[in-house]
Amino acid sequence: MTQMNEPLLRVEDLTMMYGDRVGCKDVSFELRPGEVLGIVGESGSGKSTLLRSISAQQEPTKGKVEYQTRIDGVRDVYQMSEAQRRLLMRTDWAFVHQNPRDGLRMNVSAGANIGERLMAIGDRHYGNIRSNANSWLGKVEIASERLDDLPSTFSGGMQQRLQIARNLVTSPRLVFMDEPTGGLDVSVQARLLDLLRGLVHDLNLAVIIVTHDLAVARLLSHRLMVMQQGKVIEHGLTDQVLDDPQHPYTQLLVSSILQN
Amino acid sequence: MEQTVKNPADGAPDYNFAYLDEQTKRMIRRALLKAVAIPGYQVPFAGREMPMPYGWGTGGVQVTAAVIGPNDTLKVIDQGADDTTNAVSIRQFFAKTAQVATTEKTAEASIIQTRHRIPEKELREDQVLVYQVPIPEPLRFLVPRETETRKMHALEEYGLMHVKLYEDISRHGHIATTYAYPVMVDDRYVMDPSPTPKFDNPKMNNMAALQLFGAGREKRIYALPPYTKVKSLDFEDHPFEVQTWEDKCGMCGARDSYLDEVILDDQGNRMFVCSDTDYCAERQEAGHRGPQHHDQPLGSADRGKAAE
Repeated sequence: MTQMNEPLLRVEDLTMMYGDRVGCKDVSFELRPGEVLGIVGESGSGKSTLLRSISAQQEPTKGKVEYQTRIDGVRDVYQMSEAQRRLLMRTDWAFVHQNPRDGLRMNVSAGANIGERLMAIGDRHYGNIRSNANSWLGKVEIASERLDDLPSTFSGGMQQRLQIARNLVTSPRLVFMDEPTGGLDVSVQARLLDLLRGLVHDLNLAVIIVTHDLAVARLLSHRLMVMQQGKVIEHGLTDQVLDDPQHPYTQLLVSSILQN
Repeated sequence: MEQTVKNPADGAPDYNFAYLDEQTKRMIRRALLKAVAIPGYQVPFAGREMPMPYGWGTGGVQVTAAVIGPNDTLKVIDQGADDTTNAVSIRQFFAKTAQVATTEKTAEASIIQTRHRIPEKELREDQVLVYQVPIPEPLRFLVPRETETRKMHALEEYGLMHVKLYEDISRHGHIATTYAYPVMVDDRYVMDPSPTPKFDNPKMNNMAALQLFGAGREKRIYALPPYTKVKSLDFEDHPFEVQTWEDKCGMCGARDSYLDEVILDDQGNRMFVCSDTDYCAERQEAGHRGPQHHDQPLGSADRGKAAE
C-alpha cells in the first residue's frame, strides 16, 4: 500500500499574477488519494484562481503542479502535451462547477450528458452507455424515467446531481469542486452534501473543494486551507482550524458564523 | 494562362476564363492541393464574392472555376436533378464565362458540380465531383466556438459526434440523422459530407473520382482523393444504415436509387420518382417502365402530366 501514501497531487510555490495584481501567491500543498481538501476564504481571496491554476485551466505565472498519473507516473501537468492534458481532464479528473449550466450540455438529454465522457474515451456501444448512464442516475438519486429528459427540465438540485454523475462516470480519482452547493436552498444543500460525502467515501475520491461556506467545509473536508489576499494564511485539519483558529483573520471568519 | 471570354453585352469588359482572375484561381488551387493532401481537413481559403447569393453554391462555383479547363464538360445537379433553378443557372454561368461544353449525362461529364446528391451511376477516375457545402463543420451544432472545434479536430476529440447520434437513438429509437451524416475520413478527420442524404455516404467510400468540397460563406475547402476510406459513424449495436423505400420509381421502376416523394393531388395520392433525373431517363430509354409511366415523351415538364 505504498501507493496510498504517495501524494496524488503536489502543488509547489504556485503563483498567479494578473499583471501587478496578485491572484494567488506561493501556495504549496500535497493531496493524497481519498483526501478532501477544503479551500475557504472571502470573495476575491484567490480561491478560484488557485483552483483554476491547479486544475490546468489557467497556466500559473510560477510554480509547479505535479500529478500521479495512472500510467506515466508523476507528471508536471503544464509540461504535458495539450492532448494528454485534455485526456487527463476528462478521464482521471473531474470538475464540478457552481452553476450546473456551465458543466452540463443543456441541449442534450441527461443520458447523453452522462454518456459523453464514455463516448469521448471510445465507448461505442449504445446499450452499454445507456445502462451505465442509468445506473449513475440511480447513484445520484434521480429517477431513471428522467434519463431521456433535458437537463433544463430538472430542478437546480437535480441539475447539480446530474453534473456530478456526468463527471464521475469515468471513475476519476481527483475531483475539483467550485462552490458545488452555491445556488441551492438549505435542505437541497444538505441532501447534496450527504450524497457527496457518500460518493467520496465509497469511491475513495480525492477532492479539492472551494467554498465560502464553512459549514460545507466542515462537513466534507478533512483538511482546510484558509486564504486571504491570495495567500494561504492557515492550513490544518478541519476541526483544528475551525475549533481553534490561530490567525486573526480565521478567528474573524469563524466567529462571523451565526451560532445557534 | 490569360484567356478571356467575350462578353456578349456591347462595350462591357470581357470575362477572364471561368469568371475568376488567375491569381484567385491559383490561390484556390493551392487550398485544393492542401485539402487533397490531408483528406477531410478543412482548409481556409479567401473566398470571393460571386455573382450569386450565398447558399446558391458560391463555394462549389469557385472550386469548379479553379479546376475547369476549356476541354472540360460540365454537368450541374441540384437535388439530383439537372433542370432545377440552381443547376440551370450555374450551368449557364460556366457556359457563358468559360464557354465549356455542358451535359446532363453523368457518363459524359468530366466535372460534376452537385448540391445534395451523388449520381447513381458509378463515377470514374477521370471525373471530378464538386460539392456545394453550406456548413462544413460537423461539430458546429454542438460546439459553437471555432477555436474549440479546430482544437478538437487537431486532437482527434470526436466523442461529441457520438453524443448527437446517442440523442437520436434515445429520442427516435434509431439514428434519425438522414442527411449531413458525419463520416470518418481515412481514420483521421470527422467530416460533414455536406447535406447529401446518408443514402449517398457509402458511395463516397473508395470512390474512383476526386471529390472536392467548397463552402463559400464559411470559406473552407476540403477534399477526398480517389479511393479514400470514408466510414459513416455509428454504434456497435446500432450500425449505419441507408434509407430504403417500399415503393419503386413511378417512371422507370428503379428500386436501387434514391426516390423523391411527389404529392399528386389533395386526395392523398402520391408517387415516387428517382431524384437522379439522368439515371431515370437513361433507364426509361432502355425500356424500363414504372407503374405511373404512360409512355409520353420524356422531359421534366411532362413528368407531372405523365403522372396524372
